[in-house]
Amino acid sequence: MMKPVAPRQYPKPPEGTWTEHYPELGTAPVSYESSISPEFYELEREAIFKRAWLNVGRVEQLRRNGSYYTKELAVAKTSLIIVRGMDGEIRAFHNVCRHRGNRLAWNDDPRVESKGGCRQFSCKYHGWKYDLDGKLSSILQEGEFFGIDKANYGLVPVHCEVWQGFIFINLAKEPEQSLREFLGPMITAIDYPFHNVTERFYYRGDIRSNWKVFLDAFQEFYHPPILHGRQNPVMSNPEYQRMGFYTMHFQIDGPHRVGCTSGGAGGLLPPEALNPIEGVFRSGLFGPWDHADLGIEGSPPGLNPGKKKHWGLDSFQIFPNFAIVFWETGWYLTYHYWPLAHNRLLFEATLYFVPARNVRERLAHELAATTIKEYALQDCGTLEATQMGLESRVVTRFPLGDQELMCRHLNYVVNKWVDDYRRKHVER
Amino acid sequence: MALLPPEFSDLEPFAKGWCLASEPERYAKRLASTMEELQALYDAVFPRTQAVMSYLEKFPLHELPDDALRLLHLLYSLIMVSFPVEIWRQPYLPDTGTASFELNDEPVP
Repeated sequence: MMKPVAPRQYPKPPEGTWTEHYPELGTAPVSYESSISPEFYELEREAIFKRAWLNVGRVEQLRRNGSYYTKELAVAKTSLIIVRGMDGEIRAFHNVCRHRGNRLAWNDDPRVESKGGCRQFSCKYHGWKYDLDGKLSSILQEGEFFGIDKANYGLVPVHCEVWQGFIFINLAKEPEQSLREFLGPMITAIDYPFHNVTERFYYRGDIRSNWKVFLDAFQEFYHPPILHGRQNPVMSNPEYQRMGFYTMHFQIDGPHRVGCTSGGAGGLLPPEALNPIEGVFRSGLFGPWDHADLGIEGSPPGLNPGKKKHWGLDSFQIFPNFAIVFWETGWYLTYHYWPLAHNRLLFEATLYFVPARNVRERLAHELAATTIKEYALQDCGTLEATQMGLESRVVTRFPLGDQELMCRHLNYVVNKWVDDYRRKHVER
Repeated sequence: MALLPPEFSDLEPFAKGWCLASEPERYAKRLASTMEELQALYDAVFPRTQAVMSYLEKFPLHELPDDALRLLHLLYSLIMVSFPVEIWRQPYLPDTGTASFELNDEPVP
């Protein structure tokens, strides 16, 4: 048994708590009606997912001119084509042929996302052809059509901008903000060598829980010593189970937020605090113990925004459904929470490492990636149970602690965006 | 015919079942196995891990001969079974119901 160590507590803002530092959030118990109501979900689709910038991938997924992939966006009942044109520009289009509405790019099963490379898109139905910049280039038997001008029948474009190699789209006719304005100063302060950190493990799961109920578990560090208490001896430290775990630093900027915690790389722990496999491969939940060479001088700007000593990770939550977690040891992961219905989501987790140079580095990555799955599956099971509990409506107000500030903030922002949309559109 | 390099003939009994190239195959194999089978793999491979890594380090990562590549896949399987053996005492992760979480893309090798 590991020697009990009292969990470290960290200074809070002058108001006495993190939550009161952001007075608009209040401290009252919150409602999760927004996570169980089909009507609220319909509003969210319009008010949030068709207005906010959404991350749909990274530039490394489009390595060559002519590379493309499709992205299912059930929340907007559409599919997108993300493509790097022959001019090298990245563009996004609705994946719909202008002729009779057939889905344009797909293989075998139109419900499954596809990827590949091509010089133009050709519809499987009647062979209409589109250039990669969306222009309709050819109509079979064009003379049979009535006064048709190909210039009016290009693919329907979607606003698309790139920040730090992350491809974002916006489904609004005219986005209210540019991507950089939307991301705001806290997020755009990040300048990370993403292009050097490209070895990728991509997980996805179809889970029966509301996207926010699910996301909430990935933006608080209150649950790990309990839900994941058996996973390794650090987590099962009786002092953590008795006294809990504290986040070092919280920060909110517009609709986005970050929580930062201390380091936990296993290399710093005594052997009795490890699962045996972790000692052999020098890796675990916090990733490989040995620092990766990010290929830059010093630490990347924008990380550890609280400038804390013993900093271990930042969990940046980019509204509405995207998160980037940076680890001090030189790797990162992303989460995406894509609503499929009011009580169902597609959860994506992608781990990125500096490409392994040898077998030992590769095995350290393998252990980190496998460990993440063990934790995430426990969350998946539990959050289906939470959804069921909420849907009973037996309880309608839920107290959130100061360590759950980020959950309270998401709840606040979602309600604010939906109220704003209602005022502008529904009640008029 | 031997699947693994001769230096690791002691691991040969596990090669056919556990030298699996992808995580979904390894995860499915874990769920389809008994704890006795997982423990047997763990007990055989774990003590040989350092020797296997030293052997594999002789090759560039992207130029592993077939038998060495199978040995690497066997270590991936060791990692996969370490969770049931070291922590859960059952192949299936407790409290996960029917939730699924699948690896769709992974580095090769």
